[in-house]
Amino acid sequence: MRRRTFAYPYIVWMILFIAAPMLFIFYYAFNVNGVWTTEKFVQTIQNGIYWNTLFRSILMALGTTVICLLLGYPIAYILSNMKKGVAGFISVLFFVPMWMNFVLRTYAWSAIIEYAIPDLFGLTNSITETSTGRTIAVLLVLVYDFLPFMVMPLYNTLSKLDKSLIEAAKDLGADSVKTFFRVVLPLSVPGIVSGVTMVFVPAITAFTVPALIGNGNYSLFGNVIDDAFKINPEYSIGSTLSIILLIFVLVSTLIMNYFDKDQEGGSIL
Amino acid sequence: MKRFGRSLKYVYLGIMLVFLYLPIVYLIVFSFNQFHVGRSGEADYTNIGKWMGFTLTNYGAIFKGEASRALMLTLEIAVISSVAATIIGTAAAIGINSMKKRSRSIVLSVSQLPMVNPDLVTGITFMMLFAFVNSVLSNVNLKINDFVKLLIAHISFSIPYVIFSVLPRLKQSSDLLYEAAMDLGCSPMQALFKAVIPDIMPGITSGFIMALTMSLDDFVVSYFVSDLRSTLSIYIYSRAAHGTKGVNPALATIIFIPLVTMLLVVNLRRLAKDREYEIQNKKVKMK
Repeated sequence: MRRRTFAYPYIVWMILFIAAPMLFIFYYAFNVNGVWTTEKFVQTIQNGIYWNTLFRSILMALGTTVICLLLGYPIAYILSNMKKGVAGFISVLFFVPMWMNFVLRTYAWSAIIEYAIPDLFGLTNSITETSTGRTIAVLLVLVYDFLPFMVMPLYNTLSKLDKSLIEAAKDLGADSVKTFFRVVLPLSVPGIVSGVTMVFVPAITAFTVPALIGNGNYSLFGNVIDDAFKINPEYSIGSTLSIILLIFVLVSTLIMNYFDKDQEGGSIL
Repeated sequence: MKRFGRSLKYVYLGIMLVFLYLPIVYLIVFSFNQFHVGRSGEADYTNIGKWMGFTLTNYGAIFKGEASRALMLTLEIAVISSVAATIIGTAAAIGINSMKKRSRSIVLSVSQLPMVNPDLVTGITFMMLFAFVNSVLSNVNLKINDFVKLLIAHISFSIPYVIFSVLPRLKQSSDLLYEAAMDLGCSPMQALFKAVIPDIMPGITSGFIMALTMSLDDFVVSYFVSDLRSTLSIYIYSRAAHGTKGVNPALATIIFIPLVTMLLVVNLRRLAKDREYEIQNKKVKMK
């Protein structure tokens, strides 16, 4: 028996449950009640409401990514400069919340936002009653949910960074600011790229957070898709929107890979 | 100045840790809160922000009714799916490793699909697949139930994580190991189980743990796949989203304590191992 045959059960599984299901998106996008048509597809694509929501989701995901990067980079940088044992322990502390059921953590935030914050600041109304308030609340919780996903790859890259390069830069007369911007930052680009991908892509498809924060009065692209499949099922619309989403995710992953092209194996995870 | 800079670093890390733990601590604190119990005998957890007095009754409530069923289902699915994913995935990795370059790269790129694909899309595709299969099966009066659907979906999204944590180990391990075992009289199967698998065990273990946590933590895929039965995440979501009676905050403690214990044990062991390794290295260097 050749060892190759061990992969066969998986290959069958892969075709049945990974590749084949993807075809259903295309099937339902162009097949309405057994008839092949592009009518629904075109109708959905021409509907401005969906594009507005997609645009809002992109902005939200960009905001989340930038804030996560700004908050997460210093965390990873500080951790990577600590003594090994101490850093190991503290970094575990940073990653523990990531393993905690995220729906439950999101629920906790909704309680904090609805009850604790108004109590603390003596507000009579919840901040999620205004549209700006809802936007801020959703952004806050998204940043919360994705921050560890930014810190992890950054920490991995920064702690593997060759410390003698920093010493060399200092020996050659660079001050610490210059060393950071000319040596550390460029060398940590692979970490930044994979952190950004790990935050941006899930953030664009997030639908749990907007559904739970602000009593579901704020919707992102994920919520629209959820709606088209679960709440008011219309598979053709949902499938078309999923195709748009997939194209978008694919393009942003390709852009990210382009920035990372010098690095071998800068995988998504 | 330097000391000031250092304490500023710790202050920053501290603030970030507070931010990360705030919701968890919030729930754990309120898990000891008294909630108003309605006529149906079910507590109303919606007003989770007002301290009404200390009690332990919330902990008893977890093990009754829907919450406990959801907890059980989550554990069952997680254990069965991660064991299955580990077996299929490890076998697959061994097979893929001895494939020719071209077929290997095709299999590997398809395997990356569930990892790259947004959960939302994975969930939707499974939902449509099962709807289709069930509509075909209904002709012969058969139906795939929620348990099987959840199982298939969870196995599918876990396998790639197992493969990608076993493969690097296999690359490090020499092909000669397998051949040597056979030269010494092992059958191919024996060679595999006695020589190759022990050598790649760390990869298998980490793949298994990854599969387990992916399954335990999944919400999006399960939400789209399951029609009637609730995993813990679905239960929490439905209780939170539709503004019924809220979620029992004691669930947070029940999840958090085992999790922290497990992670601390794993990491302390790893730290101890690292230190041992360092000491050994020092000894070697001194020689």
